Parts: sequence; structure tokens; C-alpha cells
Amino acid sequence: MRHLIDITDFSVQEIEAILDLGDKMIADPAAYGDCLKGKILATLFFEPSTRTRLSFESAMLSLGGSVLGFSSADSSSAAKGESLTDTIRTVGCYADIIAMRHPKEGAPMAGSFKSTVPIINAGDGGHNHPTQTLTDLMTIRREKGRLNNMVVGLCGDLKFGRTVHSLIGAMSRYEGIEFVLISPPELKVPAYITQGLKDRGIPFTEVETMEEAMPRLDVLYMTRVQRERFFNEADYIRLKDTYILDPDKLRTAKESLSIMHPLPRVNEISVKVDDDPRAVYFKQVRNGRFVRMALIKTLLEA
Amino acid sequence: MNIDSIKRGIVLDHIKAGRSMDIYKSLHLDELECSVAIIKNVKSNAMGRKDIIKIDDDITIDLDVLGYIDPGITVNIIEDGVIVEKKHLALPQRLVNVIRCKNPRCITSVEPELDQIFRLTDEIRQIYRCVYCDSEKKKK
Ligand SMILES: [Zn+2]
Repeated sequence: MRHLIDITDFSVQEIEAILDLGDKMIADPAAYGDCLKGKILATLFFEPSTRTRLSFESAMLSLGGSVLGFSSADSSSAAKGESLTDTIRTVGCYADIIAMRHPKEGAPMAGSFKSTVPIINAGDGGHNHPTQTLTDLMTIRREKGRLNNMVVGLCGDLKFGRTVHSLIGAMSRYEGIEFVLISPPELKVPAYITQGLKDRGIPFTEVETMEEAMPRLDVLYMTRVQRERFFNEADYIRLKDTYILDPDKLRTAKESLSIMHPLPRVNEISVKVDDDPRAVYFKQVRNGRFVRMALIKTLLEA
Repeated sequence: MNIDSIKRGIVLDHIKAGRSMDIYKSLHLDELECSVAIIKNVKSNAMGRKDIIKIDDDITIDLDVLGYIDPGITVNIIEDGVIVEKKHLALPQRLVNVIRCKNPRCITSVEPELDQIFRLTDEIRQIYRCVYCDSEKKKK
């Protein structure tokens, strides 16, 4: 039995197989419309995240399966003081696979130790969110036709952004990848990540503005810069416009650039960019549904 | 107990000078019924000075704990007054309930029945990470 707790639980080959299946499902969704008939997915959301929960439920329903679950900790048995392990073992009697979101880091890992059914980490605090990373990889591969040999720019809050950390980890495994890390000094990528890149000889540069990196980028992955991450309002006001993508900043970008964002966005990508053919963040959401379909089917048949 | 001649027991040799009390506590040697000798600041050709611990009984020692504290220690098993086995330690790949995760956002902070598990992720820098939250623990 396999779980997906961290994106690196899967080898490059296993990820490839899931993305291949996702591509087939996009091409012919009807062919998979009842392949999981009679199977049940439990969505255990110990903290609310409507967007992620809907993507899992949509994925399971699209495969002919059924869903049950809860969407916040106070409606779950955890509110009565039951241990996580007991909750997981109980739910394992009702469902064939579990998608779990939890505010504490490592909760899905802890749940997987005694689980009798596959566990998918649907986000554990600021730690991991591997199905977002699968979605990102699927989007890059569909847009570029490859996952190697490209310059990937990551922009915004690179310190706390878990999607950024996971994507760096996942993309580092492919040949010829170079990262451009675009952030204010306060929100730089943690040192252990840049140390890891150095140790493995993966090229990267750290810059403070999008403009200086733009012409070289093949992918630009935008994230939110949150007000509460700054010590004072003045710094926030000073910096926030620097990290807002608008048509003007895109003037020097490649024709083939892919602009991504894990969504929801606040204002870090101007709506004026939405109609630019290089903007792929809504395609990314759709890819998220199909890659979760491919993941659920793969884990249930493993 | 004659500290030079143990008939049957264990001698922990090549302990870094000054670390023997840490080891005494970490291995819970204070809870033993048998005699235990701590010998400090012994002259050593290789180390300058070292500590030695002699345990006058054939107890089971948690080699992971010992390897984590000081992988340079040699464990000598004594039977009938002679060394029958010399164990050289290494930094253990996995530590179960030896050190605790201090990250307040870690699941172990709210689920006390979970084992505290760390894995060695960087042998050269001697870095362990919590298997749940990946928090780093640098060996002191
Ligand atoms: Zn931890």
C-alpha cells in the first residue's frame, strides 16, 4: 500500500506515470467515468479548505466513486479528544482511501503509520502540499512538453511558501533546471533549501526584482506576499508593488513563458494579465482535478 | 569492585573527556543495581584525555543513544575477565524516542502517544530531521 505524504515519496518515474494517466484522463474523461464505482474517498479536513476539498471530491466523483468526510475539526471526533491514529483507523473501516488536511505539520505522516488504507496529504500546516506540486508539475509538462532544461522563476513569499519549497524539491530532480528566486530580502528561501541546491550543484540566483530576471524565464511561479509577514506597514507598502505582475513587467518576457500561481490570488497578478496567452493559472486549477483523479486511481490500484 | 578487572560486564571506552556524566544519565545507569565506575580524565595516546565507564553486569545498552551522543565511543563486552567483543559505533540512521521535536507546529506537540522519530539526513553536518515535520536537529 502506498501513501502520498511528501512529493519525494514518489520517484521521477512514478510521477511520470501519474502525469501520463492524467493526460489520458483529460483527453478522454468518459473512458474513466466509472472506473472507481463502489469506492469511497474520505476527505478528513481538520482545518477548512473548501478549494482543496472540492478538488478532491470532484476528482473522486469524476471517476464514479463516492465521497464522505468532514470539513473542520469541531465537527470531527478530534473535538472529543480522540487521537489522530484512532480517527484514521476508524475511517479506514468506512472508506477505501483518505485525503487528509490538518493544521499540524506531519499529521498525515503520523496518520499513515497505522492506516489500513492509502493516505493522501491534502496539506499539513505550512509544511507540505504534494497534490499542489503534482498539479504544478502536470501544468509545466503540459505547457512545455518537458520537465527538464528550463529556467524556473519563483516570485513573492519564498520563505513561508510551502508550494514553492515543494516545487523546488520536485523540479531539482530533473536535468538542466535553473532557479531564479525573486523576493524581498525578508522573504528569501530558507537557507537549508539553498544549501541543498548548492550541495547538488543546481544553479540558482537570488534577485529582488522581477524585471532583472524576466527575459530569461521559461516559467514564472507567482505567490502571495502577505501583509502579516512584514514587521511594519511601511515595508509592506514599499515592497508590495514590486511583486505584482502586470503587462508592463511582462514586456521583456519570452513568448513561451508560462505564468503560474497556486491560487487564490489577492492582487499579486493584475487581472489585466488574465487574457495573456501565457497566463496558465486557471488551466492549473483544471489540471489539479485531473492529476488528483490519476493519483487516487493509482493509489487504489497499487 | 576492582575497577581494573571486571569479570563479566561492559566497558565504554574512548569517551570524550567530560562527557561521561551525560552518558551515565542518558543510558539510565543510575537505575542499575550493579556497580558502575566512572573514570574521568584518563590519559590517552589518541585523545589526550578520555573518560571510561565500567559496568559490572551484562546489561543491554541502547547503542543508538550512545552512537548519537558520541559515535567515537568503543563498547567492550567482557566475559570471564577478557574482552570478547569490541563494538565500534556510528551515528544511527534513525532515532526513536531519543530526542524530542521542539517545533510547536509539529503533530507530536499535540499527540503525545506518537513515537518521536528522527532520521539522519546529512551525515557530514550531523543533521537529524523529525520524520513528521522535517524540523532540523543539529547534533551538539
Ligand atoms: Zn516535528
